[in-house]
Amino acid sequence: MSEAQDLEAFRASVSKWVSENLPPSIVGKGMDLEGEASDDVKADMDLWRQRLAEKGWGAPNWPKEYGGAGLGHPEAKIIAQEMAKQGGFNPIPLLAGMGVTMVGPTILEYGTDDQKERHLPGIASGEIRWCLGLSEPNAGSDLAGLSTKAVDEGDHFVLNGQKIWTSGANISQWCGAVVRTDPNAPKRDGISFVMLPMDQEGVETRPIQLISGASPFCETFFNDARVDKTDLLGDLNDGWSVVKRLLQHERQSQTAAGGRPGGPKESLADKAKRYVGTNDDGSLTDADLRTRIVKQMMAEQAHGLTVSRITAEARGQVKVSAAASILKNSATAIAQGNAELQMEVMGSQGIGWEGHNFADEELENVRDWLWGKAISIYGGSYEVQNNIISKNILGLPETTQKG
Amino acid sequence: MAALTEEQSMLKDQAKSWAAEQAPVGKFRAMRDSGVATRFEPATWEAMVEMGWTGIIIPEEYGGSDLGYLTFGVVLEELGRQLTASPLFASALVGASAVVLGGSDAQKQAILPKVVDGSEILTLAVDESPRHAPKQIRLRATTGDGGYTLNGSKTFVLEGMSATTLVVIARTNGEAGDRQGVSLFLVPADSEGITRTPMHTVDSRGYAQVEFNDVNVPADALLGTLDEGYELASAVIDRARAGVAAEMMGVAAQAFDMTLDYLKTREQFGRVIGSFQALGHRAAELFKNMELSRSCMEAALQAIDADADNLGLMCSLSKAKMGEFLFEMSNQLIQIHGGIGMTDEFDAGLYLKRARPLEALFGNQAYHRDRYARLSGF
Repeated sequence: MSEAQDLEAFRASVSKWVSENLPPSIVGKGMDLEGEASDDVKADMDLWRQRLAEKGWGAPNWPKEYGGAGLGHPEAKIIAQEMAKQGGFNPIPLLAGMGVTMVGPTILEYGTDDQKERHLPGIASGEIRWCLGLSEPNAGSDLAGLSTKAVDEGDHFVLNGQKIWTSGANISQWCGAVVRTDPNAPKRDGISFVMLPMDQEGVETRPIQLISGASPFCETFFNDARVDKTDLLGDLNDGWSVVKRLLQHERQSQTAAGGRPGGPKESLADKAKRYVGTNDDGSLTDADLRTRIVKQMMAEQAHGLTVSRITAEARGQVKVSAAASILKNSATAIAQGNAELQMEVMGSQGIGWEGHNFADEELENVRDWLWGKAISIYGGSYEVQNNIISKNILGLPETTQKG
Repeated sequence: MAALTEEQSMLKDQAKSWAAEQAPVGKFRAMRDSGVATRFEPATWEAMVEMGWTGIIIPEEYGGSDLGYLTFGVVLEELGRQLTASPLFASALVGASAVVLGGSDAQKQAILPKVVDGSEILTLAVDESPRHAPKQIRLRATTGDGGYTLNGSKTFVLEGMSATTLVVIARTNGEAGDRQGVSLFLVPADSEGITRTPMHTVDSRGYAQVEFNDVNVPADALLGTLDEGYELASAVIDRARAGVAAEMMGVAAQAFDMTLDYLKTREQFGRVIGSFQALGHRAAELFKNMELSRSCMEAALQAIDADADNLGLMCSLSKAKMGEFLFEMSNQLIQIHGGIGMTDEFDAGLYLKRARPLEALFGNQAYHRDRYARLSGF
C-alpha cells in the first residue's frame, strides 16, 4: 500500500474509534483555560481522557513506553482532525498545563531514562499538570538575568527566589524552573534547569488578576524549596541550552492561530453582516470595515497555508522549524487583530463588561480582547521574536547587549 | 518553497543557474538601454524555447510537457529574480491557457505546437482602460460574411508588439458589465485593420496599445462558445494572476536578498547597519511577510493544478498578498540602500520600477480584496 492509502486507512480507523468512544454528552463541549469542564459533563470528560490516555493519543507523537502512541506528525494531525469532525477534542494538553507542549518534549530530549519513566506517563495521561518557573520580576525579556538561587546540599538543591507569570502554578503538581547554580559564571553559563513538586512547604503561589479579570498567572515564591538532584534536567550549569530548546517548543506550540477549544464559531464576515448590515448587492455597508475584514481573513489564510507548507516541506518529520518565530508573530497579530475587529463589528455592544444588557458572546469577546494583549508579551515578546528572526534566521549581528 | 518533486527541483536549479549566468539583470539593463522594439533579446527567447519552458502547461500530444502551473511558477520566479525579459509568461502561460482550456482540437493542433517551438507568440488582450476590469468589455465583434468583424481598442497588452496572435476578449452581445455576451477570438496580430503602438512604461516591458478597425476574422477564430466566454476568460485571467504572482515573488525575493546583503556589509558608526535593532526588526518583518505571501502564491498555483473549487478565491488571495509584499519590499529596497538605491547605475531602481506594473497587472490589491470579499459572500 502507498503512504497515502495507509493514512486513509488510518483515518478510517480513527474515525471509527472516536465514534465508538467519544461520550455523546461532551460533543461540542469545551473546557475553560484552566482545564475545567462544566459540572454536568465532568465525569464523561474524565472518561474520555482515560480512553485517550490508554490509546496514547494524549501525546500521540511520544514513544509508547512513555504514554504516547509512537506516531508520526501526519497521523497525529489525522487524530485531531477526526476528533474535531465529531465535535470532540484532546483535553490532555490542556490538563497537563505546560507538560505536553513544552516540558515533555524537552524531557524526551534531555532527560535520563529514569526521568522519562517518572515524569512522562503522568503528562501523557493528563493527570499531572506542570507549570514553568521562567520569568522573574527583574528577568522578563532578558531571561538570562534571573536570580533565583539553587544551593547544592549534597543529594538535593535548596531554592530561594521569586518567579512570576507562572501559568497555573496554583493548580499544578510539578514545576520546571530555571535557577542560578553558579553565581560567578557569565550569566548564561551559570543556569540550570530543575524540576520540583509544587506540594511542599517551601513553595507558595499567589494568583495575579489581569486586566481581563482572569487570573491565569501566578507569582511563585521559593523559600528553601527542595529539589532532588535526580530532577536536574540536562547538565549542571547547562540550563540555558535546555531552556532555549524548551522555548522553541513553546513557540512551536503557539503557532496555531486558533481560539479556545469548543464548537465552530460564526465567521467574522457573517457577524459583520448581522451587526452592520449589507447593501443590495450583499456587500457590507461599511466599506472600510469590509476591507479590513478581508485583510484579516487573508492574513489568517496566509498563516494557515504557511503552517501547512512548512509541514509539507518537513516531509512528515516531527521537527522544530526555524520559521517558528515568524509563525508566533503572525499568529499573535491575527489573534489580536481578530479580537479588535470583533469588538468593532459589535459597535457599542462590544464594550460591555458584565450584566444583562450584553449577550454572552459580547462579554466573552471583551475578555478575549483584553487577554489577547498578553500574546505578544508572553513566550518571548513580539520584539524578542524579531530579535531571534534577525539573528538566527537572517544571520544579522546580535542587536542586544551580551551579558 | 513547497515540497517540490524531483522534476520541479531540477527545473528550478536549471532556471536559477541559467537566469543568473545567461540572462542576468545586467542583460535586462542593456536591453533597456538599447531600445529594442520587442523589449526582449531574441537569443534569450530562443534559449527558453530550447529548454522546453514554452511547453510546461501544454499537453504532451501537442508537443508540451504538461508539468503544470506550480512548475511554471518555479521558472517564472527565477526569471523574476533577474527581471529577465521575454514573452514566455504572456505566450506560454496566459495565451496557451486560453487555447488549452477553450480551444477545439483543430485550434489546439494548429497553435499549441507553434507556441512550444516559439514560432507563435500569444498574448491576451483584455483591458480597455487603465484599471483592470474584465467585466467592462466594450470591443465589439459583429457577425459578418462567414466570420466576425472586430472594432474597438485594447490597452496595456502585454508583449503586444512581439505577439503574433492576440487572444481578444470581445463583446458579441449585451453591454459593458454584462457577463453574458462575451466571446474570445484568436486574431493574427498582422490582420488588416490592426494598429499597434508601443507603450513606453516605467519598467521597460513590451506593452502595446492595440486598435481594431473593421478587423475581419473567419468563423473558426472563435475560441470556445459564442456569448458564453466570460467563464473561460475568468479561468484564463486567474491563471495569469497566479503566474504573475510567481514572477512577483522572484522580484521581491531578489530585492530581499539584495537588502539583506547590504545590511550585512554596509558600515556606519563603526558597525554594520544590520546590527541596529530598527533595521534588524524591519528585516524580520519583511522576512515574515515574504514567507506568508510565498505560501499564498504557491497554494494558488497548486489550486490550479488540482482544479480546486476555490481556485478564484486562491488566485485573488495570491495576487493581493504578493502585491502587498512586493509594494513594501520594493520601497524598503530603496530606503535601506539609501543614496545608492536612488542611482540609475545601481539595480535597485529596476526592481522598484518593475514592482508597480506587476502589482497593477490583472488586478491590483484593491481589486482582489474586493473580489475576495464578494467570493466570500460579503
